[in-house]
Amino acid sequence: MTAAATVLRPDTFTWFSDFLRERSAISLAAGKEYLVESRLAPVAGEWGHSDLDELFDALRKPIPDSRLTARVVDAMTTNETSFFRDPGSFDALRDKVLPDMIARRSDARSLSVWSAASSSGQELYTIAMMLDNDFPAVSGWQLDLRGTDLSTSMVERARAGRFSPFEVNRGLPAPLLVNYFRRDGRDYVIADGLRKRCRFDAMNLATPWPVLPKFDIVFCRNVLIYFDQEVRERILTRIRSVLAPDGYLFLGPGEAGPSLSDRFTQVRIGSTLVYQPLCQSLGNSIGAQP
Amino acid sequence: MKALIVDDSRAMRMVVARIVTGLGFEVCQAGNGAEALEVLQAEPLPDVALVDWNMPVMDGLSFVKAVRADSRLRAMTLMMVTTESEQGQIVRALAAGAHEYLIKPFTEDALAAKLELLGLIRPAGMVTL
Repeated sequence: MTAAATVLRPDTFTWFSDFLRERSAISLAAGKEYLVESRLAPVAGEWGHSDLDELFDALRKPIPDSRLTARVVDAMTTNETSFFRDPGSFDALRDKVLPDMIARRSDARSLSVWSAASSSGQELYTIAMMLDNDFPAVSGWQLDLRGTDLSTSMVERARAGRFSPFEVNRGLPAPLLVNYFRRDGRDYVIADGLRKRCRFDAMNLATPWPVLPKFDIVFCRNVLIYFDQEVRERILTRIRSVLAPDGYLFLGPGEAGPSLSDRFTQVRIGSTLVYQPLCQSLGNSIGAQP
Repeated sequence: MKALIVDDSRAMRMVVARIVTGLGFEVCQAGNGAEALEVLQAEPLPDVALVDWNMPVMDGLSFVKAVRADSRLRAMTLMMVTTESEQGQIVRALAAGAHEYLIKPFTEDALAAKLELLGLIRPAGMVTL
């Protein structure tokens, strides 16, 4: 059941923006009313509210139902993703970043990749498929392929590795569909061997982080835009602290921000910008641009 | 860029034509594989053929094999666009010479993403909610 659409009043939108920021640190810019409406109308229906105003009344109670609060935050978490989303990033990964990093780690024979906003898992599974398909040299290496997401339902989805025909249609090359998925009813499920190599955990980037290992490559794409500047800066500082000194950071388009240059230097690979910790980038093989 | 749409459903040809026209392609059409081979007698050849599987007279798989066996046509990019979704069928189509495979029903952005994978269109600007 989906509740009737509601046109959000400005004061309601402002109140909900504050509510969401306090609980998730996600910042809703003006003009995102449609996003609230489209994400929360189904939630209102699920909880038996006739429209969004009723849903918000329930959230405004002195002690709102914690399950409802969690569901609303969950629904507002962006899950827009696909296999090989933004192909330029994956071209850069395959053509330059992985060859460079694999060469640097050839003695240790280990490689770690973190998908920091892993949603339903397509980004990390794309990387896992690429490693298996294009880099036989890492066969037998210790691979730490880790995805985290704020949304627990997305973490569960990612762990299951089950995707609809619509999802596998979008950006996934047919040979990879054949090699790395099995059909199960109407859906396609990531092959067990690949699925077991990928670990997914719930994690809020905006609150204190658990202890994390150093990562060689971090993907943190299309999530920083949902945080305000202060939180964004904090997250980038923390990423810097868990990124190997010679590691690589991938951000989404427009997410770099002016202050990034204090901590990272940008490297252009084709049409894609990737980032490396500032003090280590000079002399790297890919042609850093200070 | 020019796309040949091969499908026995006129409605489906119109849907695909509308999408690829919006992506900047010129379009030519055929109702089955045999008709498509006739269309391909004319030069210049299309850059890509979007091919249904199940059609009367000559099906999509036979068309793909015929294109690959013809030295004048064999360099053309071929993508199956079909309701056949079993992995065995996808393997057969790729083995016969199809470059890509799109399962019906599909969304506009899925078709665009496949054409992007094939290097036929440039990446679209990232749209973020």
